Amino acid sequence: MDIFSALNISKQFSGHLALDRVNIAIPEGSIFGLLGPNGAGKTTMIRIINQIIAPDEGQLFFNGRKLQPNDIYTIGYLPEERGLYKKMTVGEQAMYLAQLKGLSKQEAHKRLVYWFEKFEMRSWWNKKVEELSKGMQQKVQFLITIIHEPKLLIFDEPFSGFDPINASMLKDEIIAQKDKGATVIFSTHNMASVEELCDHIALINNARVVLDGPVRDIKKAYKTNTFEIAYNNYHGSLETILPSGFIIIKEWNDHELRMANVRIPADDTPNKLISALLPSVVLHSFIELIPSMNDIFIRVVTEKNSEPILQT
Amino acid sequence: MHKIILIIKREYLTRVRKKSFLVMTILGPLLMAAIVIVPVYMATRGNEMKTVAVIDQTGLFYEKFKDTDNIKFHYLLSDIGSAKTNFRKSGDYALLFIPKTEVSIPTNAILYGESNVSINIISYIRNVMTKQVEDMKLEAKLKDLQTDKKNPLNVEDILRSVKTVIDVNTIKITDEGKEEKSYTEISMVLGMFAGILIYFFIFMFGSQVMRGVIEEKTNRIIEVIISSVKPFELMMGKIVGVGMVGLTQFLLWVILTFGIVTVATSTFTGAGIKHHTATQNIMQNAAKYNPDNLTVPDSTTMKKGQNEGVNEVLEALSSVNFPVMIGAFIFFFLFGYLMYGSLFAAIGGAVDSEADTQQFMLPITVPLILSMVMAQFFIQDPSGHIAFWFSVFPLTSPVAMMIRIPFGVPYWEVALSMGMLVLTFLGTTWMAAKIYRTGILMYGKKVSYKELWKWLRY
Repeated sequence: MDIFSALNISKQFSGHLALDRVNIAIPEGSIFGLLGPNGAGKTTMIRIINQIIAPDEGQLFFNGRKLQPNDIYTIGYLPEERGLYKKMTVGEQAMYLAQLKGLSKQEAHKRLVYWFEKFEMRSWWNKKVEELSKGMQQKVQFLITIIHEPKLLIFDEPFSGFDPINASMLKDEIIAQKDKGATVIFSTHNMASVEELCDHIALINNARVVLDGPVRDIKKAYKTNTFEIAYNNYHGSLETILPSGFIIIKEWNDHELRMANVRIPADDTPNKLISALLPSVVLHSFIELIPSMNDIFIRVVTEKNSEPILQT
Repeated sequence: MHKIILIIKREYLTRVRKKSFLVMTILGPLLMAAIVIVPVYMATRGNEMKTVAVIDQTGLFYEKFKDTDNIKFHYLLSDIGSAKTNFRKSGDYALLFIPKTEVSIPTNAILYGESNVSINIISYIRNVMTKQVEDMKLEAKLKDLQTDKKNPLNVEDILRSVKTVIDVNTIKITDEGKEEKSYTEISMVLGMFAGILIYFFIFMFGSQVMRGVIEEKTNRIIEVIISSVKPFELMMGKIVGVGMVGLTQFLLWVILTFGIVTVATSTFTGAGIKHHTATQNIMQNAAKYNPDNLTVPDSTTMKKGQNEGVNEVLEALSSVNFPVMIGAFIFFFLFGYLMYGSLFAAIGGAVDSEADTQQFMLPITVPLILSMVMAQFFIQDPSGHIAFWFSVFPLTSPVAMMIRIPFGVPYWEVALSMGMLVLTFLGTTWMAAKIYRTGILMYGKKVSYKELWKWLRY
């Protein structure tokens, strides 16, 4: 079931089209990557989900019914542009923001004490925010985002500015939230973290969704049936031993090994390639080349500029 | 609704707890008390002897103006024309002219002076004349009663019929011998003071709103907050919260100022101030005529000498209707502030830093400053056209109206001014909300008026 879906969302800003008939469906319990180059419309989409701005056209559904103003209490949002009141104490500020998310004073205090304990932040309570380091501030911000136990969490570039230790802590915490049943929308340029975390993605380019679906399926769709092989004890060209239809994309030497990338025809299996090789070469490795999200991203954005190429 | 209260609370508490608020709260009353106390103190010093020439065409006040420690009266028999021409040579401080009136009881006098005549002297003269006229009226009344014994003596009625208001108009005789009306009345001082105060309050708290909005933008907390509340709630919460800080400050100032003034003046006069009231006078006089029918309250004799000066200033102050002044101040401050506050909030929302605010500040500050610049015209002619239009036009009305109110303004004008102000407040808030809503999410963009116009029409 989809926890959130957007149908035909369009948004225009003084002559500039920020979103053009965008459709997005976010399955419940998934980690959903909202990807796209700068200025593609990601932040606009996220702001629409948070009801910070309203779309010009289109419909939004949350939990199977139309998105309502009160739904902000079940959504947690960590914006890309995030900060805190510098002159306020950490505790007071956390209490304020938690109460704005609809928690009662007692409940907010109880939960904050729990999380401050868990993140080893007890001693920060009475400190002013300006006394904290940037990493510490980000911990506070993260905590405030999840304090009201939202069903849908939205992180816009969450890892920017985090050091590796805090980034890894944040990653673990995002996964922990998912395991608790929350759905996570995750907007980023960092493709490595997409590979690691996301099970679904939508790629927005020039105000349109140009690619979306489960990561697994997308990768499958972008596979080219290309295999990288490493071998030795054979000094001629592979061309002479490969069956027809098999294309050598490139060959090179890697130390004592000979390497090659071979594309096999769509209706053939890798077994055919292996059986053709085995009589002549000593095979060291045989790997299917699966495109990384990074490759797919670059390919989609640069080659097929703004033309929808795959809608699953 | 619950959330806007949270916002108001935060805005209020973070500001009230600041050291600068405490400092202002203490310095303000000291400054205001000084404005009241210094003239009182000066009056008690009385080191300079001033002479006042009196031309009394009615003949009723002959020998009634008693010399005090610092005022000496002498009576002229010449006509007013030559007295005025000779005035500069005479070395007198002021020339009091009580013109002959057709009806037997005089109610006004003209005081000529080289510079602005001090409030002490004006109020002393007024007091003496009031007392004299009231005594005369009372005497006549009591004589009537004696000849017609049937009517029982009713003190209330007598007091009412005897009550007199004396106008003392002051006219400045300039070097060229020209005459100008001058305004040293307490209402002028008060009007100016209230005008400056409201100007200062609107500016101070309006720009606090603006700085608060800019702070939220530069802190980048704004997006976190507007994902839980509507931008309008955040804006109004901030405006109202800061406004309540302003009200708190104002009320603390009023209370502390009255406190300081009371303490300070009672130390000047030692045993406290005994007001010499017309009522006591009447009672005493009435008792002379009809001792059986009247119980006389213990009459307190006025302390002679020094205290007269003090009492004059205080009496002049007590003639002011403070509840009306304070009520009007609160209304015009509140709505003037709300109107300007929303404009300031819009500016804060549209810019990235305080340095960028200049171009948008100008159209907002011009009306405010203009209403201060025009203040002297309002005072010269409080019911004239200029004063009227400035006190009805909403962007200038808070300051202009506060300057006029001590002089007395017709109710319909006050109502019109208030109505216009409230309507404009609603309009500016609507406008500000639109600009604010768009502006707070914009970063790193130099905003022009054209851009603002676009935002208004989203």
